[in-house]
Amino acid sequence: MQVFPFIVVAWIIGVGLYGIATSRNLIHQIVCLIVVQSSTYVLLLGVGYVTGAVAPYFYDVPVHTPAVDPVVQALALTDVVVEAAVTALLLAIAIQAHKRFGTLDPHELAEFKG
Amino acid sequence: MDHLFALSVAVPLLVAAALVGVKPLLSGRRRMLDTVAVLTAASVAVMLLVIMVQTDGGDRVYWFAGFRPFRGVVIGIDFEAGPLSAGLAALAAVLVTASMVFSWRYFERVATYYHALMLTFLAGMTGFCLTGDIFDLFVWFELMGVSAYALTAYRPEERGPIQGALTFAITNSVGAYVSLSGIALIYGRTGALNMAQIGAYIGRHPPDRLVVVAFLLILAGLLVKSAIVPFHFWLADAHAVAPTPLCVLFSGAMVELGLYGIARVYWSMFGTALGHRAEISHVFLTLGVLTAVVGALFCFRERHIKRLLAFSTISHAGMFLSGIGLLTPLGLAGAAVYVAGHAMVKGALFLCTGIVLHRLGSVNETWLHGRARHLRITGVVFTLAGLGLADLPPFGTFLGKGWIEDTGSAHGMPWLMPVFVLCTILAGGAVLRVAGGVFYGLGDPPSEDERMARAANEETSETDADKRRTPLTMIIPPTVLVALAVAIGLTPLGPAADAAAVRFADQAAYNATVLRGAHVAHPVAPFAAEAAGITVSDVVTGLVSAAGALLLAYLALYWRRLPVLRRGYEPGTGLTTLAEGFQSGVVNDYVTWMVFGLACLGGVLALIIR
Repeated sequence: MQVFPFIVVAWIIGVGLYGIATSRNLIHQIVCLIVVQSSTYVLLLGVGYVTGAVAPYFYDVPVHTPAVDPVVQALALTDVVVEAAVTALLLAIAIQAHKRFGTLDPHELAEFKG
Repeated sequence: MDHLFALSVAVPLLVAAALVGVKPLLSGRRRMLDTVAVLTAASVAVMLLVIMVQTDGGDRVYWFAGFRPFRGVVIGIDFEAGPLSAGLAALAAVLVTASMVFSWRYFERVATYYHALMLTFLAGMTGFCLTGDIFDLFVWFELMGVSAYALTAYRPEERGPIQGALTFAITNSVGAYVSLSGIALIYGRTGALNMAQIGAYIGRHPPDRLVVVAFLLILAGLLVKSAIVPFHFWLADAHAVAPTPLCVLFSGAMVELGLYGIARVYWSMFGTALGHRAEISHVFLTLGVLTAVVGALFCFRERHIKRLLAFSTISHAGMFLSGIGLLTPLGLAGAAVYVAGHAMVKGALFLCTGIVLHRLGSVNETWLHGRARHLRITGVVFTLAGLGLADLPPFGTFLGKGWIEDTGSAHGMPWLMPVFVLCTILAGGAVLRVAGGVFYGLGDPPSEDERMARAANEETSETDADKRRTPLTMIIPPTVLVALAVAIGLTPLGPAADAAAVRFADQAAYNATVLRGAHVAHPVAPFAAEAAGITVSDVVTGLVSAAGALLLAYLALYWRRLPVLRRGYEPGTGLTTLAEGFQSGVVNDYVTWMVFGLACLGGVLALIIR
């Protein structure tokens, strides 16, 4: 168990959130959202990592060989699928915004205030 | 019969996929599409109601593919249903059915994906309620979310829906990913994803920092979904622009699902492990009361009817969270009944607003003043629902709120009652003001607010306006919902709701049911001290709230004629700038608020659990 991966996770999530908060371009903002999500991949894989273990393919290895946790890998894959759906939808909406209103700036798109 | 659990999510998902698959065959057969969608939603509602009735004597667990736990170690994925979880899912299904019937004539032309997305949304909500697995909770949360984002952007040719959908999607996604981080951490600690097993594991050890952090992170996504201040900003933007039938689901079910998630996560996993019940209760109560007050204030100053109702939802979400946050069975039972009653009246209010939009082409209260006089039935239904929102007995709302207030008083928080009554008066008064002005032309038309007028007048292409009469399929659903709200208030729900809440809040029983297949049925008797009935004080506070709301609505409509206030007084001009500063419509600000809120919450939790 190392601390380093978790520092990386905190860094990625922080950078992503900073990007979303300061972005003036929707495409950039959506990519920042992907960055936030990427932190969860690192976290999931980091949680399941076992030092000196093999990949979880139990074929042609001696019994009782330590393997990394396959469950987190399945979770990360599911996470990728979720991300694909969300990103595709958001980018489609961003394209619509650009087509109809000629802007990708979230400040200019703001319709309701107060 | 157990397969009903699997069918309740499989049926809507498969039908949704089939509808999209056979799309070319269905072109020009709009009614067939509608019929299939309505029947599917109704069948899911029936299945969930059956499950709810079956679980009356004890919770039931369904293991997919029969992978039961082996010596207390979970190897499969389960659905766990109690009366509260199945009941909430059934509520969502009933609302989906009502809004699908409403959509029958509401949309002149409708794309196939509208029906398909409504059904996947329903499947997401059902799965979220029933799942017993924390990772699946996230997946259902996202399924529900993605369907909702797409439906919000149903009219991409306007600025509002685009902005609303983006705000909604980005804030909720950030919340979901933060929650997923929490799930990863708790998995790292326990090696389990089943909520019962996680609860059993962390309950055996004193809480350490990692568990507290995981709790905080998991809460984040749920707080965003349930629109708790300061995570609430997305809600009003999304509600104002989403198609009106969808608003019914957003207000009536989706926000409440977030709160259900909080209750589920707390009582099945963290309750025992965290300890410090009183302090955590105070944290929830603070958030809840803050949300209730902020929502009510924003609600009263709004002139865009859909946004007004959205802010009222925020206010009510705060009250529900307070009920859950009291961390007692009666508070939870009160919140559950309140959620059911609120969903019915709020659904009816949104559908009536949809009828106004359909007939007159506007949701601007100022412009509409006195113009909807000919919509007599709609006016009556809207007014009744408004009174229901103001907690007039015998609407179900007064009962739920009364129980929450009783619990507050019994636990040394008598101030909860006046605060709640005040919030209800503000939100109910705002809705009754709309009812009086729009449907009966009472009082003076409010002065034109440029911003509100512009925003409200853009609401045009959702439905083709200037219809000569209201179709039956549009007036029946809100009428039925109002009737159901009264039915909830008149049914003696007390013992059943109390027993259900007791079981929901009993972590040991939940663990035993899931991990060892035990049949735990609590007798109601030991909790007789807190037993839920209709007390005089419930009825009195309900009546006071409704009377206060009527009085406030009267003042709001006639204040220009009052001698005291006449001279050049214009309420809320300074507040407008302040409110715009908060509710800026820019997603960047909303995410910043989320981070700020999460940091504050984390700081408080760190101080409590050292």
